[in-house]
Amino acid sequence: MTGSTGSTGSAGPTGPAGTGAGVGPPAVPALRLPRRRGTELVLIVLAVLLSVYGYCAVGLAKNGSVPPGAAGYGAGLGVLALVAHGAIRLRAPYADPLLLPIGVLLNGLGLVLIYRLDLETPDDQAAPTQLVWSTLGVALFIAVVIFVRDHRVLQRYAYLSAVAALFLMVLPIFFPAVNGARIWLRIGGFSIQPGEFAKVLLAIFFASYLAANRNALSYTGKKIWRFQLPTMRVFAPILVFWLISVGVLVLERDLGTSLLFFGLFIVMLYVATGRGSWIAIGLLLAAGGAVFVGALEPHVNSRVHDWLHPFASIDAGEGPGQLAQSLFAFAAGGMLGEGLGAGHSILIGFAAKSDFILATAGEELGLVGLTAIFLLYALLVERGYRAGLALRDPFGRLLAIGIASIVALQVFVIAGGVMGLIPLTGMAMPFLAQGGSSVVTNWIIVALLVRISDSARDQLLPDEALEAHR
Amino acid sequence: MTRYIRRASVFCLLLLVALLVNSARVMIFEADSLDDNPANRRNTIARYAQPRGNILVDGKTVTGSRNTGEQLRYERTYKKGPLYAPVTGYASQVYGTSLLEYAEDDILSGTDPMLAPLPLFNDLTRSQQPAGNVATTINAAAQKAAYSGLAGRRGAVAALDPATGEILALVSSPSYDPGAIAGTDAATTSAWKRLNGSPSQPMLNRAIRQTYPPGSTFKIVTAAAALDSGVVSDVDEPTETPSPWRLPDTSTLLQNEARGCEDASLADAIRVSCNTVMAKIGVQVGLKGMVSAARKFGFNDAGVRIPSSVSRSNFDTDMDRSQLALSSIGQFNTTATPLQMAMVSAAVANGGVLMAPHLVERTTDKHGNTVAQTGSKAYRQAMNPATAVQLQQMMQDVVDFGTGTNAQIPDVIVGGKTGTAQHGVGNKGAPYAWFISWARAPEAGNAEVAVAVVVEDASANRSDISGGGSAAPIARDVMEAALNSAER
Repeated sequence: MTGSTGSTGSAGPTGPAGTGAGVGPPAVPALRLPRRRGTELVLIVLAVLLSVYGYCAVGLAKNGSVPPGAAGYGAGLGVLALVAHGAIRLRAPYADPLLLPIGVLLNGLGLVLIYRLDLETPDDQAAPTQLVWSTLGVALFIAVVIFVRDHRVLQRYAYLSAVAALFLMVLPIFFPAVNGARIWLRIGGFSIQPGEFAKVLLAIFFASYLAANRNALSYTGKKIWRFQLPTMRVFAPILVFWLISVGVLVLERDLGTSLLFFGLFIVMLYVATGRGSWIAIGLLLAAGGAVFVGALEPHVNSRVHDWLHPFASIDAGEGPGQLAQSLFAFAAGGMLGEGLGAGHSILIGFAAKSDFILATAGEELGLVGLTAIFLLYALLVERGYRAGLALRDPFGRLLAIGIASIVALQVFVIAGGVMGLIPLTGMAMPFLAQGGSSVVTNWIIVALLVRISDSARDQLLPDEALEAHR
Repeated sequence: MTRYIRRASVFCLLLLVALLVNSARVMIFEADSLDDNPANRRNTIARYAQPRGNILVDGKTVTGSRNTGEQLRYERTYKKGPLYAPVTGYASQVYGTSLLEYAEDDILSGTDPMLAPLPLFNDLTRSQQPAGNVATTINAAAQKAAYSGLAGRRGAVAALDPATGEILALVSSPSYDPGAIAGTDAATTSAWKRLNGSPSQPMLNRAIRQTYPPGSTFKIVTAAAALDSGVVSDVDEPTETPSPWRLPDTSTLLQNEARGCEDASLADAIRVSCNTVMAKIGVQVGLKGMVSAARKFGFNDAGVRIPSSVSRSNFDTDMDRSQLALSSIGQFNTTATPLQMAMVSAAVANGGVLMAPHLVERTTDKHGNTVAQTGSKAYRQAMNPATAVQLQQMMQDVVDFGTGTNAQIPDVIVGGKTGTAQHGVGNKGAPYAWFISWARAPEAGNAEVAVAVVVEDASANRSDISGGGSAAPIARDVMEAALNSAER
């Protein structure tokens, strides 16, 4: 996932010659990378075609005919992608050309998988809703790209972000629990998971706070044995804030997101201060907390039990549970998969379209297809890290690393959960899973990465940013 | 900061590696055991994803498949289900399979590797091979005659081609419709409960899975043992047997239902069915000789497959002389399936060679290409050929002048033996009516059909029960049907 061999901001005068159209205005001395908007366009077209191909493959496997909506589906996805592309051309011409195509392909594939599962549940059609949410997501993507002219503006709203994030996280407590977790707002026919948006806001706050207090955190404080502690005056506010966030999530039983926040906090703290001791302390705390919660909280306890004994319910004569069904689905996929539309992952039950969408991908696309999906995510993360490396302002770097890490951690937590690597925690696979808040949030994440990478690749940054570069 | 970003990226890379390794673990290395987990529905879904192969009688299918549009897509259907249930058995999505549906399941469900055009071809294409068909040896006319002959009374019929061992009819009555338990709905469950709870046991295959005391029909085995062992050398020579005859080492007197049994010859004893003569002869042959003779006909063999397994017919191997005497007339612990008694009759008709009974003529793929063929093969030499000739004449006399006149067919040579088997505590139960027989056209060299019929009519008066009265007419109809369709 790392772009450790690539150019890192201060690198070479020009990249290799541009392949696409729109090679930028010539020779502003040696600082800009090629725009590569043509490359992006080609990749977007490929992503849309791949999605339409998948959509047709599902129809052919299930009904023996191309689904009637294939042209409309392709056109819809294509228009969304092209408008987003236009926004990038307009306001972020130097942005990384891979980010948008990856988003389009993952979102398109997610729609195909949900449509495919809809065929098994005629009374519950999720794909149309998901398409609406995707449209909203792309609209927000465009809004972010157009209205956030410079990512550093966001630094100003750090505390506002923190307050907003906390508000969004607390809000669901006043709504009834759904499937054991109190993380939903139901308004009319729509349900929203505000915690999804909170992730991004929190990353903005962390990045801003850590960028501002980096030096204070690194160089002061008491030393206990080999651990250099920071002064509490600097560290306490963020620690308290973070503890409140995780505490709220635990109250709401949103285990996946609390795990995500934890990881995000540790990664950003480490990148900001460079102290490995943070990781050690963090892991110790995490282990202690996990054992404590795992032992006492029945909800968590049962998750851990399911993880250790996925077939216990079969032995007890109650039939396979969700995790066992998920493992069956992955196993049925094998190396090459059953083919889109030819699997039986609907056996997983109610969460098949959301938390367990990856099982459908595994069963129908096989290990090969699943690896491709993981690599798409990895590429997205890598591009985020690369943008972070290329930037010179600490806030931008931390924000890039933060939101890229959100994607990485989230993919790991949910994929590891549904495949039995770690205990299952309810989370949405970015772009693939059914879930409006999730898809919107992920489009915002991609939009922020686009914005940041535009700055990173357009090296005409003010000079003061240079001093931050060590 | 750059250094820490790089290290953090390595951490993300490790997460990716962990995911990929774990994926390979689940999807490749543990895939087989997960696929084969009994709780995994996928094998079941795949099994019913295509129409099941058919079972054929006289080239016509007696089964079918119905597309339910449900998760288990194709459901078994049956044409004339009750008539052929003892042949086909059932194929249920809930309760599994039985009889031919069970024994030939690999062909019928399409999983038999012999059905694949090339080895591993289907593994490569991930496609399912179409199911194959099973052609039975059943003769539709004989089957129908047997079924309508029993007319719902409890009983069974088994008919064989003595020369080949092909099973021409296999009927159990009362029967049931296997289509009623094929699906998964609530009606299936209630039908299953009703059928299993019924006192008349409609799902019991009485022809091959129920054993009855064979009664006097067993006297054919005793006669074969006597002639083969030389205990009787002249079938017309008087046997110096008193009537009634006192069972050896007891004070019990064995009675005859028939008249003229005192000092009767073996031939007369068979013709009018004398208990005393045959019991005495059995004792003279001795336990070892009787056990060996019974074995040659298939008794005490639990391994008979047609290809459905046939219940073991019993002749005790450890008895005192009075028990041996009773066993020699088909009482005491002697029990036989109807198919076993048809085998006895077929062995006599076929000159002493007992052919292995079989129900499947051949299995084919979807296009009718033969996958496997069941050849005729000898099961055992049941008796000397000369003995068989003598027994044939004696059985003919039974039908011509004896207890089996109800089985006569104009212009056809018929041999038979009646039986009325007592059972229950103190022989208080309603006796079973037996008839075993064979038939051949006068110009034919060999018998073309051998039949065994048993009627366990609990409601009839005891005096009305006799093999000749209840069972022989059914046997006659079956033989007639078999002979007529053979001529065509």
